[in-house]
Amino acid sequence: MKKIPLWRRYARLFGPDPAADVEDELRFHLQAKTDDLIRCGWPPVAARREAERQFGDIRAVQHIGEQLGVKMERRRRFNDYLVECDRDIRYAFRSLRNNPGFAAVAILVLALGIGVNVAVFSVINTLLLRPLPFSDSQSLVWFTGGKSLAAKVRTAAGLSGQTYTVDAYEEFKRNNRSFQAVTAYQTFYRSIQYKLTGTGEPRQLAAVEVADNFLSTLGIQPIMGRDFTREECQKGGRPAALLSYFFWKNQFAGDPAIVGKTVTVNGKLVTIVGVLPASFDFGSVFAPGMKVDIFFPAVMDFWRTWGNTLAVIGRLKPAVSVAQAQDEADRLFPHLKVIHPDWYEDYASDLTTLKDHVSGKLRRSLVVLWFAVGLILLIVCVNLSNLQLSRAATRGKELAMRRALGADRGRLIRQLLTESLVLSLAGAALGLCFAFAIVFYIAHQGSMTLPLLASIRVDGASLGWTLLIALSAGVLFGIAPALKMSGGNLQTALKDNASGMAAGRGHERFRATLVVSEIALACVLLVGAGLLLRSFLRILDVDLGFEPDHAASMQVDLDDGGKFAARGPILQEILRRITALPGVESAGIADMLPLDRNRSWGLSAVGQTGSKDRDSAAFVYLVTPGYIPTLGMHLLAGRDFAWNDTPESPHVVIINEAAARREWPGQNPIGKMANGVEKNPVRVIGVVADIHESSLEADSNPEVYIPMTQNPDAEGATLVVRTHGEPRSLASSVLTTLRSLNPGQPASEFRPLRSLVDRAVSPRRFFVLLVTIFAGLGVLLAALGIYGVISYSVSQKTQEIGVRMALGATAGRVMRNVLGSTLRLTLAGITLGTVASLAVSRLIASLLFSTSPWDAQTFVVMAFALATVAMGSGYFPARRASRVSPMRALRNN
Amino acid sequence: MDKSRLDLFRGTLDVLILKSLIWGPLHGYSITDFIRRLSEDVLLVEEGTLYPALWRLESKKFVEAEWGLSENNRKAKYYRLNHTGRRKLQQESTKWEAYVNAVAKVLGATRRNTPEELA
Repeated sequence: MKKIPLWRRYARLFGPDPAADVEDELRFHLQAKTDDLIRCGWPPVAARREAERQFGDIRAVQHIGEQLGVKMERRRRFNDYLVECDRDIRYAFRSLRNNPGFAAVAILVLALGIGVNVAVFSVINTLLLRPLPFSDSQSLVWFTGGKSLAAKVRTAAGLSGQTYTVDAYEEFKRNNRSFQAVTAYQTFYRSIQYKLTGTGEPRQLAAVEVADNFLSTLGIQPIMGRDFTREECQKGGRPAALLSYFFWKNQFAGDPAIVGKTVTVNGKLVTIVGVLPASFDFGSVFAPGMKVDIFFPAVMDFWRTWGNTLAVIGRLKPAVSVAQAQDEADRLFPHLKVIHPDWYEDYASDLTTLKDHVSGKLRRSLVVLWFAVGLILLIVCVNLSNLQLSRAATRGKELAMRRALGADRGRLIRQLLTESLVLSLAGAALGLCFAFAIVFYIAHQGSMTLPLLASIRVDGASLGWTLLIALSAGVLFGIAPALKMSGGNLQTALKDNASGMAAGRGHERFRATLVVSEIALACVLLVGAGLLLRSFLRILDVDLGFEPDHAASMQVDLDDGGKFAARGPILQEILRRITALPGVESAGIADMLPLDRNRSWGLSAVGQTGSKDRDSAAFVYLVTPGYIPTLGMHLLAGRDFAWNDTPESPHVVIINEAAARREWPGQNPIGKMANGVEKNPVRVIGVVADIHESSLEADSNPEVYIPMTQNPDAEGATLVVRTHGEPRSLASSVLTTLRSLNPGQPASEFRPLRSLVDRAVSPRRFFVLLVTIFAGLGVLLAALGIYGVISYSVSQKTQEIGVRMALGATAGRVMRNVLGSTLRLTLAGITLGTVASLAVSRLIASLLFSTSPWDAQTFVVMAFALATVAMGSGYFPARRASRVSPMRALRNN
Repeated sequence: MDKSRLDLFRGTLDVLILKSLIWGPLHGYSITDFIRRLSEDVLLVEEGTLYPALWRLESKKFVEAEWGLSENNRKAKYYRLNHTGRRKLQQESTKWEAYVNAVAKVLGATRRNTPEELA
């Protein structure tokens, strides 16, 4: 074989051509054959024909060859690509290792940005995106009653206005056509005390009563034992209970033979019929912040006379939409009301998916969080673009050399992008660790009233999201520097000492743009956080109407032996003994505390002739004498209850201002008679100042206080103790005192009243904390960006500064110059950011509390803070510039 | 086609091609020529099977292709045996010998040795 001469090597100048190769090869074969035949004496034409005949179907062979050729070519190209990628990655690693400071800063900054993004995504994924932990959870529907009530009335009625009577529930269940199953649970679970005795100390149980088909409708199967039977849910049925997984593990040490054993609850023997799976967390879905120990069957005949107590949940039939079900409910409930004229209301309902009910209210907050971390990631990208560009000066020559040696621009861009991607993936790996830590922390904030909190985790979707944002961040911050660095003039770049005035100036303008946008983004974050923070402070400043500090509460087991007449003396004795304890200022008992749970009854002035739909609901609190001052409420007129308000004496109530305004507008309510609380009218003997009973953010609703000594309908009893010092130290002496009066008093927590307030604000506190941290992070990153750019431009201009100083510029003058350019960038960024904030803050208006979205004070303070940080980060490079020694700067050239 | 000429068994062609390349690069035409001459005109390789077989060997990386000039200065595609091809040839020829021996033993048998008779 001889070598092909040079000129023929250009046959495939325009790239490989497998088809032509095959044709050439076969043509050669035919010619060689023909030559041989001619040598054997064949005439040329016949020889050619004979060669072709012997070959057979040349087309078919050619076809096979082309296919194989194309395949091989493709594989070769792919291999080349892989080899190049491999080389790029190696190269990226090498160049990052040569510059460990840059690599460390870049990876850390990326990890922060990606970490918070992944953490927030995990929260959003759990609360908004992932279905609820029930089988086929999309078809579960939540019923909210009270649709026909005005919005204000509906909130005034609290839980009572949104729940259902047993009759309403059963009638709807029987007559609807949209649902395959309708079920319910008892919402006033915290009103009844369940006391576990017989196993060590008496223990208060967190129990929920559920309808017989509750678990099956949600698709929950006990991991041991069985669901409740229909018989167990009837009046007189055998008492049965299902344990939650955690309670089974903690209280019974995971006893594998627990099913069939009995426990004593409220003095009655109850058989444990099963254990529920760990995945079923009632509290996280229906009652955030609560951990349910045990489930009992709700005996409907027992609850029938208790008014609105049931929360109703339905499972739609296949192919029935929520809108269709809503439509049916809109017709069915009023129809049922016509059939049952004795119903108190028509139970018109709003139907939402259970998912919406659980997390719908959080959607806006979460979207804001998502937006905030998105901004952080943008700032991170801008920062890294800047960092990459500042390496351009040192790498410019190297890249120009590569181009001169034949690398095309696309190849260089690919190489630079590979470097960015390596950085961003490394950042993502570290960021994932951050995210794991953050998510772990969030998921273990048990006292926070956020739904599904414990199930927040970094899962497959979060990992996918990590990869997605890592790749897009890599491209985003890599593409601009790659384009800038790979372009430009080869000659100037290659020439010595061409740290490139022209190219440098272009870069500088680009970098200045980046910094301005960075400051603008940070400004938006900061203003948003500022507004939310201000709202939060305003909420904390709200006058609660009671004094939560130096007071604590404990559940009391009120045992009057079934004789209501005995209750007054028992209560009086408890309070006398408690008040006698050293350190106790005063004490009182109520069935419910503000900001905890609530219920509502009717309250109307005698002689009031309003329409039937008139709002007459009021929150009801049964209290002892002394409770109102102990809680720190202000009695505005009249008197507190006294121990001589007995069942036999005239029945009296105390109302709050809101109730007085509604029922006796412009009159003095003291001495007036009110209907609705009891069978007979009762006399108003006092007016207290409004307290925030259901939320810190909403206005107070009408409240009525009834002496516990005159009304037997107390839903439990909570002792409130006001102390001189820190209440926690009194916990054991209070419990001992209660035990000495009633040995059956279960151990229960001595909760500071402050914790009720903390609980009420916990979702907002959590949200504001996160947004503030994110804003701080954003500002930090922006400061880093400013520092990078200014200090780079100072080092670029060292020579120029040297010349100026040699010509007589003072250090102060030089410093002012540098700070001046910092100020220009900062002002541009803040102006832009303020304009953007004005638009963005409207989106969070609904999350603000008595704060205008254009709150001038917040805007000014935040802009000023940002400007201070920016000038601070410009100060260090400026000082460096002012210390340039003219001699050295000039000589270095 | 002559009756005395044998059709190639499946798979044997690959070994023969590899073998023909062991003294140096050849183009397709000289490979057919080589096989015909060495088998003394018994084995005739059809072009329709040779070229696909060659290309398959190339795509499996047993041989490497290169363009060169033939004896009479025509551009021709030469195939060269590489390291894996050499190893493949070794394996295949051992297998082939074992096969031939086994077939020969069976065909050369003089009496039937069945297990029943042995027992």
